[in-house]
Amino acid sequence: MSDKMQQPHPAIDVAYIARLAKIKLSEEEQSRLTRDLEQILDYVQQLEKWDTQHIEPMYHPIPTFDALRPDVPGESLSADAALGNAPQQEDGQFCVPKVVESAH
Amino acid sequence: MISPGTSLNALQKALRGGEISPLEVIKYYAGRMDELNPQLNALLSYDRETALSAAAKADISLPLGGLPIAIKDNICRKGITTSCASRMLENFCSPYNATAVEKLLAAGAIPFGRANMDEFAMGSSGENSAYGSTRNPADLQHVPGGSSSGSAAAVAAGLIPAALGSDTGGSVRQPASHCGVVGLKPTYGRISRYGLVAFASSLDQIGTLTHSVEDAALLLGILCGHDEKDSTSSQEPVPDFVSGLHDSISNMRIGLPREYTGGGNAKPVSSALEAATKALQDAGAEICEISLPHAEAAVASYYIIACAEASSNLARYDGIRYGHRSRLTHDPDALFSLSRAEGFGEEVKRRIILGTYVLSGGYYDAYYARAQKARALVAQDFAKAFSELGVQLILGPVAPTPAPNLHAVDMTPLQTYLADIYTVPANLAGLPAISVPTPQSGLPVGVQLLAPHFEEARLLRAAATLEQSWK
Repeated sequence: MSDKMQQPHPAIDVAYIARLAKIKLSEEEQSRLTRDLEQILDYVQQLEKWDTQHIEPMYHPIPTFDALRPDVPGESLSADAALGNAPQQEDGQFCVPKVVESAH
Repeated sequence: MISPGTSLNALQKALRGGEISPLEVIKYYAGRMDELNPQLNALLSYDRETALSAAAKADISLPLGGLPIAIKDNICRKGITTSCASRMLENFCSPYNATAVEKLLAAGAIPFGRANMDEFAMGSSGENSAYGSTRNPADLQHVPGGSSSGSAAAVAAGLIPAALGSDTGGSVRQPASHCGVVGLKPTYGRISRYGLVAFASSLDQIGTLTHSVEDAALLLGILCGHDEKDSTSSQEPVPDFVSGLHDSISNMRIGLPREYTGGGNAKPVSSALEAATKALQDAGAEICEISLPHAEAAVASYYIIACAEASSNLARYDGIRYGHRSRLTHDPDALFSLSRAEGFGEEVKRRIILGTYVLSGGYYDAYYARAQKARALVAQDFAKAFSELGVQLILGPVAPTPAPNLHAVDMTPLQTYLADIYTVPANLAGLPAISVPTPQSGLPVGVQLLAPHFEEARLLRAAATLEQSWK
């Protein structure tokens, strides 16, 4: 353990994070989440206690090797099945709001 | 002939002995559901007619022939709603079966009932469901635990003899402990995750909730095995988990971490741990105190990793291809933000925001990379215990308290996260772990056993010994 002073975490701009996460938050949700996140991030600061300088990050709990399988065509979902849950679909395609304004 | 506590094993014997028919089995459980589900809210729906027609065709010579099993509502079943207890997936009808469901069907089981849960498996009380809280059958004023709240409550109340759940940070073991049933989380990768709706992909694992350890062993043998649809599913051979179940555990060395027995545990939890220690000693095991020096780092590491992975996995819910779509806008960008705002509940939003923050520019190293290093330290503690300290299993509590009251509104999110201290380490390290009920006069309390990777047979043997000692 190092006895380095714990740095306070930087201010959290929840409105900005919500834009990155593409979730529209009300004012009330923003202030509540700011409070919750500050508390949680204060707590996780304790990880600074441990000297992890020479520790390899562990991205996966089990070492897996050679997870490749032969590249052979198999069955996949039909277009109908894949579109079956679309909130809006037409002519075998997903409908999205118009992204580019029309020229006229 | 059937009672609410009848095990899969006993049902199977009765079916094969001709004492009861598959139709009678389904009728019995459907009757229990009709009677008790309105107050428990353990199942989001159950389709009696489909189950009855499966029972009419059941082949009881198959390993699970004619046995009904409830499925947590984040495990896909073809042609059936898989909502994850979220408004986001309220109308999502899965176009395929999860591999775990395929395996149950191939073994002759009858999937019956969509089990309620915390939304997207995020929570530990069952109260984060968009379709109402599940109640604890032992006391309706208490939560059943979570996130596999409906699976645990349904088995405990005898609405179904067994259920599938999923465990990302304790979501099978903790509700099992709170409801008084057996909850098994196998080694990461033991059971294919194909068709399990992703929460945190390096932690998620399907598990089982059953009345007995033997039933857990029976189901595990069916569910395990490599699946080419899940590249992280294990190639390890699958042993017969049932045959050695009642072998002696004499001379087995079982570690009891001193970090798990401190003053933070409620009295019934400490007593349960003492009773388990004594029962294992009486069976000839040697209980030795060990230390897991980084135990304290587990919760912080877990919540950073789980939320980071969740923020990425849940990015797919955009209101375009499937899931809830807002009707309030025709602007493409606002469509994403509003669909997600309307579709996700409070805890899911909190975790996505936290996960997005720790992955965002400038903070990645300070939070995410550091958490993955702390995860390595937590895993190394276990590796050392199982090698240098020479213990074969680890014993500990499941949760610091029995099931809390419903609507514990005075708890902050952080306080509820801290109660996961004993369950998240197994997920961080990928270890198999099981919650076994202990004899109680009040609310149920389980104890936990943990084993090295792929040593479920040993884990189940010690769990069966505990169970047997209390019969």
